[in-house]
Amino acid sequence: MNAVVARDLTRRFGSFTAVDHVCFSIPQGSVYGFLGPNGSGKTTTIRMLTGILEPTAGSAVILGLDIAGDRDAVKSRLGYMSQRFSLYDDLTVSENLEFYAGMFSLPRSVARGRIEEVVGMAGLSGRTRDLAGSLSGGIRQRLALGCAILHRPELLFLDEPTSGVDPVSRRRFWDIIYELAAGGTTIMVTTHFMDEAEHCDAIGFMFDGRLIASGTPRELKELLPGSSWELLSDHPMDLLEKLERRPGIVDASVHGRALHLQVESGWEDEVASMGANRIVPSLEDVFVHLVRKHRKERNS
Amino acid sequence: MLIEAESLSFSFGNRRVLREVSLGVREGEIFGLVGPDGAGKTTLVRILAGVLRPEQGRLSVLGSGAPEKVRGRLGTVPQAFTLYGDLTVWENIRLFGALYGAAPGEVEERGREILTFTNLLAFSDRLADALSGGMKRKLALAAGLMHSPSLLILDEPTTGVDPVSRREIWRLLYDLNRRGITIFVTTPYMDEAELCTRTGFLHEGRLLACDSPKAICRAFPRHVLEVRAQARNLRPLLAGVPVREVNAFGSAFHLVVDDPVEARRQVEQALDRAGVSVLSLREIPPSLEDAFVEMAREVP
Repeated sequence: MNAVVARDLTRRFGSFTAVDHVCFSIPQGSVYGFLGPNGSGKTTTIRMLTGILEPTAGSAVILGLDIAGDRDAVKSRLGYMSQRFSLYDDLTVSENLEFYAGMFSLPRSVARGRIEEVVGMAGLSGRTRDLAGSLSGGIRQRLALGCAILHRPELLFLDEPTSGVDPVSRRRFWDIIYELAAGGTTIMVTTHFMDEAEHCDAIGFMFDGRLIASGTPRELKELLPGSSWELLSDHPMDLLEKLERRPGIVDASVHGRALHLQVESGWEDEVASMGANRIVPSLEDVFVHLVRKHRKERNS
Repeated sequence: MLIEAESLSFSFGNRRVLREVSLGVREGEIFGLVGPDGAGKTTLVRILAGVLRPEQGRLSVLGSGAPEKVRGRLGTVPQAFTLYGDLTVWENIRLFGALYGAAPGEVEERGREILTFTNLLAFSDRLADALSGGMKRKLALAAGLMHSPSLLILDEPTTGVDPVSRREIWRLLYDLNRRGITIFVTTPYMDEAELCTRTGFLHEGRLLACDSPKAICRAFPRHVLEVRAQARNLRPLLAGVPVREVNAFGSAFHLVVDDPVEARRQVEQALDRAGVSVLSLREIPPSLEDAFVEMAREVP
């Protein structure tokens, strides 16, 4: 069964179309990575799926119920950690959790157990008496997640949970996401760090309000033309200028000190002779390719 | 040195945002300051640009102890750059040219040159509000260049921008640098840090490293094994194997080890026992992100 089914979901603000006929579904218990730059429509889509914002057109079925008609019935089964999730800086970690337990009307006896559970899962033990305002970005986000899952939602929306989070905490946060999914929670998570989403069950790419591709990471990588190669260099920018217009090279982009090349069949030996290695392409490669293609189509 | 900072500290109330940060930026460099949101990057940029005064420490920018006195040679592109949405691209350029005190004839000529350089000339008549996120950032950059600065300070010019625009902005930075402009840029993206002549890693207000990306990687005291396997998390499967850390890097995992030969043998055995099929397993040179993850972990 699908936890989320979006059909032609559309939202206009005045003459601006923020979300344009977006269709996708998320099977129950899976992790859906929703990728795209700022302003591409990710947050607006989530706000419609959570029933906070009404679509201009289209519909969303959430946990089997139409969000437009049955919002109240669905609400208690959803969790939503927004980009600016409100934590009370002058309350401690425990007090924030207790506050949210009250908001979800959890009976005291239940709340105590849940809070303990969430503290363990989010790695907050030892920090429960700290003021929320004194927490680092990574711990703060884990507390926000803890607050958002106290009522054990079946479906969880996480909007850029890892922005403002250091490289260690970022990875830890994703461990928790997969742990929740393993326990049966369906999760839709947005990020603009492509590398984070490599282990999602499925991915949707948003660009200019449109879902320009969706599928499993593997399916998306198959959209790339030719084969993928990597060439390491101390001067990747200079190398890019030399190589990007070479015959046989369909696409070239810089990834740190590496140059990634999409190579037409028949040109592999030549690329290999330059010292390039075959690689498994990354989602970033896929998105670079899709955005370029999309722009070319739009401009022609 | 165009920037010399010694033991800069800054607090907002009782929250210490910068803790004794020292760094120097040489003429002709692209200096990259990398770290997550909240690490203190923006505060440091504001101090370097003369918007905030450090509580402690010494600072010299373009030879002056007060950055606001060298504004004529200093270009700054803050994160929330104020473009006028109801003015066109060209009107914004004209306005910022005038604000920086350029003569009208000069504004026309320089504006045309900069809009050509940033590929915005074709959009001269478009309202700034109607530009994509990436184009807005380019326009902010263009405005920051109107007075021909010799030092350009940019705060996260690529955050939230699509992966293609992100690369276009870096190309512009490289071109500017070739024309003799020294660049100080902040970013949350590790791959961008690899494109800098020198990189500083800011973590919770402390500068944990500051050197060329190559030197930072070379100083990494351990070995890295890259594993590609059909699993979301390898950590539980590698209990008892002499592996210091297991970190997800896109679709692969990086294992931090002391003895790569022995670790490799045991990793193969453990994954085989767990029935996980290994697609590839090899030692790789540590990346900047490997080094930074390790540094972030060592801070209590």
